[in-house]
This record gives sequence, structure tokens and C-alpha cells, in this order.
Amino acid sequence: MAEAQMKVSDEVAITIQNMNKWYGTFHVLRDIDLTVNRGERIVICGPSGSGKSTLIRCINALEEHQAGSIEVDGTLLSSDLKNIDKIRSEVGMCFQHFNLFPHLTILENCTLAPIWVRKIPKKEAEETAMHFLEKVKIPDQANKYPGQLSGGQQQRVAIARSLCMKPRIMLFDEPTSALDPEMIKEVLDTMIELAEEGMTMLCVTHEMGFARQVANRVIFMDAGQIVEQNEPEEFFNNPKSERTQLFLSQILGH
Amino acid sequence: MADQSTNSVAFVRTEEVPASPPPANAAGPVKWMRENLFSTPVNTVLTIVAAYVIFKIITGAFPWFANGIWNSQSLAECREILQGTTGGCFSVLSERWNQLLFGFKYPPELYWRPTLAFVIFLLAAAPVLFFKLPRKLLIVTALFPFIAYWLIWGGSILTPLLALAGVAGGYVVYSRFVTNNFAMGFFGGIIAAFLIWTIGGSILPDGTITDGPMQSVPSRDLGGFMLNLMLGVTCVSLSLPIGIALALGRQSSMPFIKYVCVIFIEFIRGVPLITLLFVASVMLAYFFPPEATVDLFLRVVIMITLFSSAYIAEVIRGGLAALPKGQYEAADSLGLDYAQAMRLIILPQALKISIPGIVNVAVGLFKDTTLVSVISMFDLVGMIRGPILASTEWNGVYWELWLAASVLFFIVCYGISQYSQWLERQLATGHR
Ligand SMILES: Nc1ncnc2c1ncn2[C@@H]1O[C@H](COP(=O)(O)OP(=O)(O)OP(=O)(O)O)[C@@H](O)[C@H]1O
Ligand SMILES: [Mg+2]
Repeated sequence: MAEAQMKVSDEVAITIQNMNKWYGTFHVLRDIDLTVNRGERIVICGPSGSGKSTLIRCINALEEHQAGSIEVDGTLLSSDLKNIDKIRSEVGMCFQHFNLFPHLTILENCTLAPIWVRKIPKKEAEETAMHFLEKVKIPDQANKYPGQLSGGQQQRVAIARSLCMKPRIMLFDEPTSALDPEMIKEVLDTMIELAEEGMTMLCVTHEMGFARQVANRVIFMDAGQIVEQNEPEEFFNNPKSERTQLFLSQILGH
Repeated sequence: MADQSTNSVAFVRTEEVPASPPPANAAGPVKWMRENLFSTPVNTVLTIVAAYVIFKIITGAFPWFANGIWNSQSLAECREILQGTTGGCFSVLSERWNQLLFGFKYPPELYWRPTLAFVIFLLAAAPVLFFKLPRKLLIVTALFPFIAYWLIWGGSILTPLLALAGVAGGYVVYSRFVTNNFAMGFFGGIIAAFLIWTIGGSILPDGTITDGPMQSVPSRDLGGFMLNLMLGVTCVSLSLPIGIALALGRQSSMPFIKYVCVIFIEFIRGVPLITLLFVASVMLAYFFPPEATVDLFLRVVIMITLFSSAYIAEVIRGGLAALPKGQYEAADSLGLDYAQAMRLIILPQALKISIPGIVNVAVGLFKDTTLVSVISMFDLVGMIRGPILASTEWNGVYWELWLAASVLFFIVCYGISQYSQWLERQLATGHR
């Protein structure tokens, strides 16, 4: 792995300060503080229900936070729709269940947002889309519908669809956990390639091999809090907190 | 499996099983009949009974059709010709076809006008129904309401032109402002249209023309199947967009909009259509300024539209609810705004899911247009019950008339149903 290529700059991409979120009376996220520099690859792990999805969904305002601040690329996330739109157009997101648009072809899935949000001419958008579809290695499926593709192919289309918006940050919420082992690899390869190109990435995943290989920081969450964060080597070989140790022994132990 | 020895579980495939075509079904009519009609004793008995019933119906009805009289002047004359044998008196259709289709007051020398409007309607509907046709044809669709109004009601061409100018003006204002703010564009457009109509309406002379090819025909002279078609087409095409708006409004996060929509839908659904029609025929006039005599046709259109849009809204709400939440989230995460997400992602899918329900409402609505006969409008049913059956010549010709009415309605409704099934097949893109 070309570790040296994957530089982290000093420039800050995301700042989360003292952020709290409640679902009704349930305190899901508690005092989250996190700074992400441009080019960082962060893997977030933790037991089910610990608030990992909620955390990354707050970053592009799919969920609203009630206290604290989130700043993405210098834009403060508030209830102001203009800011939200700005942040969303700079942050790409991939979901566990792909969420492709089933009534549109693969190509149309990829060109829709560039055409309507970025106002790019159709032709140019299609060229960009084909470029990214080649990158995720499925240009030949461009005119099929999502329902005709395998899960792994669909997830790669979803990644390409996000990339077509030329995002500066990518969020992944368990992108491989709905896939068969054979397909997991093809999606992870795509993500590794992205990381090598210097994309800022936040990944919720349980693929510890991926974390070791790509991440420069691993964050462990439990009960809505960040319990531990460290470089992958230290994190996996020498976890400090008891909860992390327990979690790691459970997922690596068999 | 030939190479698998019987006393060992270990198995390695040594040769590929070649793909082969599925076994050919031993076909043939005899086999089909044995499988489908005479497979069990009960089935055999049912087949024989059914065959007997069908035989009775056909032999009973056949002479009635075959001996049918098409050219007499009255029922009495029919009976004279038939001399007691069975036979239908279809002459009522050949003598009164014009009344069945156009009503009894529409000037016969002007029948070409609604007929032409109907032909243009087919042209206008084509690009909406079949989206593979050239998009340029949509111009006909856009102009159709104005052309049809002028052809059917006649009068000065300035009236439909003014209406068109209002719509065009409203659209210009809308497209000017909509880039900033949807609400501003929407209401700005509506205000502009109303301004043009009021100012134009006060300048324009009265458009009534008393004779000539474009002479005015008042609404109360419309009738027959034409009236059913006009009500059906107008109300379906108006209630679809209103229904979509109501369904989206009901999902809105703004409580005011949400409750207006909920109350409207629940109220309208809780009231029989016939009461709404009575309201239209008597009471709705109170809501308009006294000097504006609002046309009965328009009042009925408003009521039927309100009624069916509430139903369509509920059908579409079902479609919206069936969409996974991930579709909204994906649209949001790509930066699409509300209007874009609805138009490009949510509604195409929700409407596709709702097609059977919408068609159900549309077919029901079309048949319900016959209810206007109760408030003394002479649609197809009104014509049969009133002027035709009450006439001395045709008093008592029930079967032939109601059969003809059923056939007319059946053709249209069956057509709609077949179209919707075709559309569903066209839109199928494999499962999610
Ligand atoms: N819309 C919601 N309303 C109420 N509670 C919610 C909602 N969404 C999530 N929660 C709760 O918030 C907590 C955190 O959920 P979240 O989805 O962030 O967990 P997660 O860490 O992503 O878990 P998993 O690994 O299972 O995906 C859970 O206890 C969940 O039950
Ligand atoms: Mg999750």
C-alpha cells in the first residue's frame, strides 16, 4: 500500500464541536467533538445502535442536530436551506442499501444531479458519468436499470453517482454490509482506489481489513459517544478502553 | 448424476450438464380440454351446466338481434312488422342517434363542431398517452382546451383567445420568478392570469353570436354522450394535478398546509357525489358574486373535480407511502431541492405504483358523470330517461336503449383499462 501517497493536509474539512442529538427524549449523540482534515480516511466502528449512522447522517443534514455545531468546508450547518444545499452538493454519500433510482437507467442515475443541481449540459454530464462508470468498472451497464444489476455492481454505481457531483468529502454508511463476500471485495477495491486518490472519507464499516489498510484513524463509538480513536495499528493491537477491547474481541475473536 | 457412486458421498463433477430447452408440453385441444374442463367429476358437471347456460343465452338473444328492426318510425311500427316474433326495435337508435350523442337541443347543422373537437381531442391526447410520439405534438395538447371550448360553445373567438392570453401571461410571470422562489412564481402567475382576464373581460364586447357557423350554443343545450365525455375528460385531467398537490400537501411538514389538505380530503370523501351535484345546481351560485352567473356546466365540473381529486389524492398517498425512505434520502444527499426531488424521483415512482388506483378512480368518475341526469342535465342517461323514453314513438324501448348506453360506456372504460395495463408494462424496469 502506497502509504506515502495518501497524504493528509493541514487544511480542515469538517469540524464538529460539542454536537448533541436527541430522538425525542432519547439522547443518541452526546458531546461529539471531531475534526477531519482534508485527505483523511476515517473508519467509524462500534456496536449496533451506538449512533454511527446518525453521526454521519448529521454531517450532510439528513438528520438534524439539536446542540453544538457542524462546519463542513467552512460552511456552518444551520437550518438555513441554502447552507444545507451547499454542503450536500459537496458531500457525497453511499448507503447500505444503495438507494439507486429504480426508474432511471444507470447513466441517468449518474447524470441527474449534475444536470439539475450543478446545471451542467447533458452531454458533458454524460461524459463525466461514463468516466466514473469506467472507474468503477461497469461502463458496459450504463443503459441498464438498477434492478438488472447485482448488489456489488449497484453499490459501485452508487459510488459513481456520488462522484459525478465531484464531491470533496465522501460518507459511507456500511456500504458492504448488504453484500455477499464475493461482491464486498469489488466495492472495497473501488473505495481503496478513491482513498489513494486523496479523497476525504468517513466510513462506517465493520471491514477491519479495510480499516487497517486504508484508514489513518479509527474511531470507536459506543452509546452515542466517541470512546476511543487512534491510528489503526495502535487501535487494533493495543486498544486502551475496556469497551473497545470487548468489541474487538467480539468481532475479531472468531 | 451417473458418475456418483451409490456408497460414497464424495462427488466431483467431471462433465458439464449442457443447457437444454424445457420439455415440450404435449399440446393439442383435446389435452387442453381434458386438463381444464373435465379434470374432475365436479369440474365436468360445472362445464356442462355452464355450456347449457351459455347455449340458452345465445339462442335466446340471437333472434332478438337477428330479427332486429332498424328502419321503423316508432315502437308501434316495429311491433307491426315483427308480428309477435322476438326481435329488437333498434330503429330507436338509427332514428335518435343524434340525440343520444349530442343531446336534443344542440343545433343539428352544428354537429360537425363537437365532432371536430373530438377528433382534435384524439390528437391532443396522443402525445400525453404515448410518450414515444414527438414532443412537438404537445402544442396541440396545450391549445386543445381553447380550441375545444370555441368549437363546442361557439361565439366570438376573442373569448378563448383572452383565456389563452391569461394563461400565457401567467406562465411568463411564473417562469420569470420561479427561479428565485417557487411560491412567488406560482402565486405571481395566478395573479397575473386573473388580472389579464378581468381587465380583458371588461374591455371585450359580449362574445355571443346568434347565427352562422360559429353561433353560440349555451351550456344547457349540451347533452348526450358528448356531455359525459366532456365532463369525464375535463374532470379527470383537472383532478389529477389537484390530487397530486393534495397528496403532497398532506405529507407536508408545514402544519397549516397539511391540515387544510387533510380536512379537505376527509370532508369531500365523507359526502356523496350526488349531494355535491345538488350543491352545484342550487347553492354554489351563492358563493359567487351575484352579477356573475356561473355556468351550470362549470359548477358541475368544479364539484366532480373536487370529488375525484380527493380520491386521487388518497391513491397517490398510497403510492408515496410505498416508496422506501432511502429514495428521499438519496435525492436529498445529492443536493436536489424539494421540487426537483418530487418531480424527478418521487412522483414518477409513486405515480407508477398508483396507476391501477388512478385508473380505477378515472373509470368510476367517467361513469359517475351520468349522475348529472339527476340535476336535470341531459347526458346520455338523462336523454334516454327523459326526452326519448317519454316520447310517444319510443315509450317502452328499454332494452335497446340501455344496451346501447352500456356499449358506449363499456368501449371507453375498457379502452382506459387496456391502456393502463399497457402503460404499466411499458414502465416496468425490473424489480428495485
Ligand atoms: N428515526 C429514529 N427515531 C428514533 N430512534 C432512532 C431513529 N433512528 C435511530 N434511532 C436510534 O438511535 C440509535 C442509534 O442509531 P444508529 O442507526 O445511528 O445506530 P448505528 O450505530 O448505525 O447502528 P447499526 O450498526 O445497527 O447501523 C439506535 O438506538 C436507534 O434505535
Ligand atoms: Mg447504521
